[in-house]
Amino acid sequence: MSELRISATKENLNDVLMFIDNELEKLDCSMKIQMQIDLSIEEIFINIASYAYYPETGDVFINFESENDGSTVLISFTDNGVPYDPLEKDDPDITLTSEERQVGGLGIFLVKKNMDEVNYKYENGNNILTLKKKIR
Amino acid sequence: MLNINTEKNGNELTFKLSGRLDTVTAPELEAPVRNDLADVTSLTFDLAELEYISSAGLRVLLLAQKTMNKQGKMVVKNVSEEINEIFEVTGFSDILTVE
Repeated sequence: MSELRISATKENLNDVLMFIDNELEKLDCSMKIQMQIDLSIEEIFINIASYAYYPETGDVFINFESENDGSTVLISFTDNGVPYDPLEKDDPDITLTSEERQVGGLGIFLVKKNMDEVNYKYENGNNILTLKKKIR
Repeated sequence: MLNINTEKNGNELTFKLSGRLDTVTAPELEAPVRNDLADVTSLTFDLAELEYISSAGLRVLLLAQKTMNKQGKMVVKNVSEEINEIFEVTGFSDILTVE
């Protein structure tokens, strides 16, 4: 199990992804799955950086663990900003033409599509979002 | 990190991207997409060396597509299997012309 506590700002995205990629490499994760995980991490982290503490900033606590001999990873994000469940957002209509499509709104949808499980809970003043992904 | 190699030939413009198109780097591509397409009728994105794209990058591609719908055509080429899968999941395969 590894943990990272970091200020939730966009500038720290690379540090967060380096932390995650480093863990995934230890587990011999394929590039394709690593990209799917990075993508999801980016969406969640940027969401927190943009909204959780706005207009101030605060920390996010990221926990990485693997189970079943490293075949599944569990990554959780904990912040004590405003309560916000990103999973409540409606999925975008991906059948629309480019003219009808909204620029944006794809982030959480991509997370749901790329992860095996996404769970949100609000507990003791904390937003806790957990991602689960089978990597082999 | 993102590298943008721009080639202009009359009304044809090509952006060759290498590296990562994410929340941090997408604004570097959004600027020329917003500012430099005025007389362009044929826009090409060459993604041969693009390693990663997130929703922030998809946003910029959609913005470019919307602009080109009004004034010409846009093509996305040399898409890796990983990135193509992202296009498919998001319905971008139907919106973009992928060659």
